[in-house]
Amino acid sequence: MTQDPETYSALGEVGAFQERRTLWTRIKLDLKKSPMTARFGMSVILIYAIVAIFAPLLAPYGEAEVFPVPYAPWSSEFIFGTDQIGRDIFSRMIYGARNTVGIAVATTLLAFLIGGGLGLAAAINRSWLDQFLSRTVDVLMAIPSLIFALVLLSVFGSTVINLIIIIAVLDSTRVFRLTRAVAINVVVMDYVEAARLRGEGIGWIMRREILPNIMPPLVAEFGLRFCFVFLAIAALSFLGVGIQPPTADWGSMVRENASLIQFAQYDLKAGLTPLLPASAIALLTVAVNFVVDWFLHKTSGIRDE
Amino acid sequence: MSDSGQKGDILLDIKGLKIQGFSDEKWHDIVNGVDLTLRRGEVMGLIGESGAGKSTLGLAAMGYTQPGCKITAGEIIFDGVDLAKLSDAEKRKFWGNRMTYVAQSAAASFNPAHRLIAQTTASTIRAGLKDRSEAYSDARILYDALNLPDPEHIGDRYPHQVSGGQLQRVMTAMAMSPRPNLIVFDEPTTALDVTTQVEVLSSMRKIVEEFNTAAIYITHDLAVVAQMSDFIKVLRYGYEVEEAPTRQMLSTPKESYTKSLWSVRALEKKEQEIGQSILSLKGIDAAYGVSKVLFDVDIEVPKGSTVAVVGESGSGKSTTARVITGLLPQTAGSVHFDGTELPPALADRSKDQKRRIQMIYQMADTAMNPRQTVRDIIGRPLEFYLDLRGKAKNDRILELLEMIELDGRFLERLPSELSGGQKQRICIARALAANPDFVICDEVTSALDQIVQEGILKLLLRLQKELGLTYLFITHDISTVKAISDQVVVMNEGKVVEQGQKTEVFQPPHPGYTELLLSSVPEMDPDWLTNLNAKCADLKG
Repeated sequence: MTQDPETYSALGEVGAFQERRTLWTRIKLDLKKSPMTARFGMSVILIYAIVAIFAPLLAPYGEAEVFPVPYAPWSSEFIFGTDQIGRDIFSRMIYGARNTVGIAVATTLLAFLIGGGLGLAAAINRSWLDQFLSRTVDVLMAIPSLIFALVLLSVFGSTVINLIIIIAVLDSTRVFRLTRAVAINVVVMDYVEAARLRGEGIGWIMRREILPNIMPPLVAEFGLRFCFVFLAIAALSFLGVGIQPPTADWGSMVRENASLIQFAQYDLKAGLTPLLPASAIALLTVAVNFVVDWFLHKTSGIRDE
Repeated sequence: MSDSGQKGDILLDIKGLKIQGFSDEKWHDIVNGVDLTLRRGEVMGLIGESGAGKSTLGLAAMGYTQPGCKITAGEIIFDGVDLAKLSDAEKRKFWGNRMTYVAQSAAASFNPAHRLIAQTTASTIRAGLKDRSEAYSDARILYDALNLPDPEHIGDRYPHQVSGGQLQRVMTAMAMSPRPNLIVFDEPTTALDVTTQVEVLSSMRKIVEEFNTAAIYITHDLAVVAQMSDFIKVLRYGYEVEEAPTRQMLSTPKESYTKSLWSVRALEKKEQEIGQSILSLKGIDAAYGVSKVLFDVDIEVPKGSTVAVVGESGSGKSTTARVITGLLPQTAGSVHFDGTELPPALADRSKDQKRRIQMIYQMADTAMNPRQTVRDIIGRPLEFYLDLRGKAKNDRILELLEMIELDGRFLERLPSELSGGQKQRICIARALAANPDFVICDEVTSALDQIVQEGILKLLLRLQKELGLTYLFITHDISTVKAISDQVVVMNEGKVVEQGQKTEVFQPPHPGYTELLLSSVPEMDPDWLTNLNAKCADLKG
């Protein structure tokens, strides 16, 4: 920067220029500064991901392989014993990571596609479309979602596809509200008006002008929404209308083995068995929340250092 | 707080003050060894560009540093006490008591949930200087002294119930309430209209004189500082450039930097002959919902010239621009552009019609997407209108950057990595990228420092000459009008008050509103405000 007091030049003007870092170095820096909770959360998520991806390699037995000993105790052969019809619980836990988490991720993505897209469109349009979508969302949100999902699943049948679509639509209402709220603040910016004056279509304005500026809250919401979807699927499975047997899934595993808990006074290990899938659910939810908390804190610009 | 100090005693003595700020994981110098002496009853003007360290120095005069800043060397001796050595708890005995602060944006500084008078007197009562009823009646006296309407009851209102100029004066009353020895004014009139600014300046000056208060007046507007201060200090990059009594500083500045600041206002465009009209508005009415904002507006813009539209905020200047661009379709009247009538709604206009009319915004910060690089910002119109790709696009971007006196080093920068003037230049380049015939400039210089303003105005003039552009220049600043325009349109309350060649409009006699607008623009004459007030008093008497 030149500091020539004699002449004015646009090049020499004092700007807040900072060193540009590549994405990778920025990620490394962020990770280095991350708190313990976030690191714990990330490691848990990573382990879950590995388990989900390599499930067939890690599991000692097949997902639906039935052995002649139902309710077998914990042993070296069946690490966590077997369930009511003799399937290895440890193997089903591993496959459950793939099914439960995979379906939850797919559902969350779909919810964001629907809610985010419509939310952006409503924020840009601001007229009848906004009114129509917002009121529809209000109506959907007024109905308790778990009960609504139960009703819809009983009507349409409990297939995986139906499950994903129904929960995604119900959850997209929350995504719609958030997207619309944050996008409205961006829509009024002059650069969006400039794009409109240029004659850009709604697709360009949504993707290029608005979306990059509302990413941080949406990413955080993605994490939280994932937890809710995950819990909703587990709850529906526990109630028997979620993921159907023989597909291994943590929610239905809790239900199937729930009766074992009353044997805890005779055999502690047997009593713990139904709690294993439950704690797998709890652990992932807590881990995702830790990471989201850290991300929100980082992007909201609130610093307490 | 009244004490035994005499006028002329040294009140504040700053020696070799250095302040550093922490950003981007490094400490940077903000103030580099500045000395300052202020006597009781004196007003010091502190001027400089943004980033010169004015505000930091002004706050440091009260012993305060913003979060992320620290005083690394020097002393701040206020009435015999070195503030730099005191703890925050000890300094708090001075703050809001013997020294007070008037911030730039009054609207952002008031608590919207409390009545004005409670906020005006809060620190006085807390410090135990006066009891509640005394402080309240004193506040009403101050409101009266500051020419606020209905001084008895205005204090019972909430901040949103008074105008910006009134709020700024209430803030001055708040600062005066404990009768401090020192007030720091940090750009208190920057956010106000010219006509309001005059009122606020007069009342501030009156009250400072009346109570023999010392003041530091921070601004980047030279004409304002000329009215307010006894002497002026010029800052640049945290160093002192020059200090002298106001009259001497204005008539014979020593340093070339100061001279260059002074010369900005001398820029004046030679008027052009009226040519053929490229844009004409006929009988335009426009409304936001049910409230009508434009009434029968006729404007003719000759090809290759600059038409300045002047008026206060709310006069319909920007709405006129929105009608021309098609963002707000008119309810009556027509817009003709280069011989053909433009469809009222943007959606009905052809791509070429959109291309030929471009717009440059007041706030370059919000006019550029913070997530796009300079390359994307300038490249998009090239791609969109002219279908340039790859190397052709790249070459044209570089050409445009050179036109606006920047270069290829800026290609990958984000808007947040540019200075205010550079941002505005990029916005100009984006408009030029479309090869327009007609450019609407909406207050493009009003958010910039004077020296940067001059650079932008010169650039716009040069581009007009080279590319034969026509400008519609919206502004409330008369010196900008003088610098750039051929024709002037004066607007007030949605109507055109006066329209014509620049020399005609500026020639007396003026219609009433033009007179008010012109006389409200501060001049670089230290006696200007005094004369103006005398003239007004004559008229009233």
